[in-house]
Amino acid sequence: MAEASYPEDLLYHPEHDWARIDVADPAVATLGITWYAQDSLGEVVFFDLPAVGASVSKDASYAEVESVKAVSDVIAPLSGEIVEVNEALADDPQKINEDPYGEGWLVKVRIADPAEREQLMDARAYAATLGG
Amino acid sequence: MLAAIGVSSVQEIFERQIPEGVRLGRELDLPQGLSEQEVFAHLSQLAARNVSAEDELSFLGAGMYDHYVPALIDMLMERSEFLTPYTPYQPEISQGGLQVMFEYQTAISELTGLPVSNASTYEGPSAVAAAAYLAKLHNSKRRLVISAGLHPHTIETLRTLAHGYGMEVVQVPLTTGSAGAASGSTGGVTDPDAWAGAIDDDTSAAIFAQPNFYGAVEDAAALSAAAKDAGEPVVIAQVDPITLGILQPPGACGVDVAVGEGQPLGNRLDFGGPSFGFFAAREEYLRRMPGRIAGETVDVDGRRGFVLTLQTREQHIRREKATSNICTAQALNALAGVVYLAWLGRRGIVELGELLLARTHYARDKLAALAGVDKLHEQPVVREFALRLDADVAAVRGRCLAQGVNPGVDVHALSGRDEDRGVLLVAITERRSRADIDRLAEVLGAAVASERQAVPA
Repeated sequence: MAEASYPEDLLYHPEHDWARIDVADPAVATLGITWYAQDSLGEVVFFDLPAVGASVSKDASYAEVESVKAVSDVIAPLSGEIVEVNEALADDPQKINEDPYGEGWLVKVRIADPAEREQLMDARAYAATLGG
Repeated sequence: MLAAIGVSSVQEIFERQIPEGVRLGRELDLPQGLSEQEVFAHLSQLAARNVSAEDELSFLGAGMYDHYVPALIDMLMERSEFLTPYTPYQPEISQGGLQVMFEYQTAISELTGLPVSNASTYEGPSAVAAAAYLAKLHNSKRRLVISAGLHPHTIETLRTLAHGYGMEVVQVPLTTGSAGAASGSTGGVTDPDAWAGAIDDDTSAAIFAQPNFYGAVEDAAALSAAAKDAGEPVVIAQVDPITLGILQPPGACGVDVAVGEGQPLGNRLDFGGPSFGFFAAREEYLRRMPGRIAGETVDVDGRRGFVLTLQTREQHIRREKATSNICTAQALNALAGVVYLAWLGRRGIVELGELLLARTHYARDKLAALAGVDKLHEQPVVREFALRLDADVAAVRGRCLAQGVNPGVDVHALSGRDEDRGVLLVAITERRSRADIDRLAEVLGAAVASERQAVPA
């Protein structure tokens, strides 16, 4: 994805991760990394899919994204249990670069504590943290 | 320059910067300098006090072996393009060096039957420890189950490093058959029941040697299968590369990571080093492998070229999360290794294995026929075997050495283990002819007989 973009319907974590609360089932959230994160990493070559059933904690790392020049921890914006992982990334990790908010989603979690959502930022606030 | 920084002499810099309390205040107590000629004479005298494998008929082994190193290897290793550079920090400029690594990796991969190999490690025992760390990175478990058939130095290295990894090491014994008994004795290999019993769901890795320290060929396929039945460990085998011409490759035996000491391939004994270790694994462990990995690619003009790849595993990027903390290499020794394999060739390594097999069995039978000498075990052997002597091994060795024959390793002196008292480990290489083996039998037989007579009944 060439142009920076931060969709309005997402919640953002300062460590460059986003969460999309499922419209149909607000107890489930889809997680991923932002445009800024994938742009900083460069070409993603590998994503080690975490296990379904594993628990994630807000602000803690739950997976790693590997690019040609770095391996980066992926921080969970919300706590919960992983209910689904994006299997397509095993063969096609560059979806994370091409479509970080769509086909590049990483995992879906069943949220443990809905109140944690209050601590996340909206698109405008997040974009502001990125500076000029 | 002194004027520019405002001091009158170099001495003044030291006096101003180094606290007086830590300054020695006198000249160092060094002998006077010698001329080059005097140094040469002095070093020659020191060297003459050593006995090398060239000076005696040697049957020493236990991890490093006196194989023939063809002149071709010295010729290539001494080329300054290979001899003088350190690890290249802009590796893609050193295409020749990367190509050597790539060919080396290919050779190791073919030998071990495993798809991925790194560009070599420091030596064998640390490669085993690195494989244990790979297992920990892979499955986050903390238990290592190891066979007592591993080389004592490997076990010691592994225990030392496992402490740092926060891993527990559990040792499985070898079977005990009666030494020198009639055929059917099952002693001398990893105890299959104890092995299966020790491995559970918390076991990170299961590690054995092939052949084992006492020269016995293990049933690698059975050990791997039993390990995978009992839990989900990463199966690691430390293998003697010379035997891979005739033994089933580890990759075909269910082994996940094959490592080993590369010295037998094109490197001399050199009083114990330097040498190199090799490290090969299944593709799924690629990202957990330590060491450099050379890759083949094409440049912008479509020409084949080589690069260092998967560098995001390494310390300069991952820091404390890297796959290893070792930051130097013995690439020159690995070069000798790949040249040796190319020189030997696919047929050559098989022929060498068959020759070693024949001579080793001849030697074992001939020596075991001597009075006071028995086989430690009846297992098939390839290039090394253990004997139990009815006499003090050190004394027997002393008598043999006086005759210019080094009959093998005093195992108790190496391992310090009580059960190794009286054990002699004898190694055969292609440099030991049938006549040499006959001489060994003659000298060893006489030495054992003399020692048995000397000891009061």
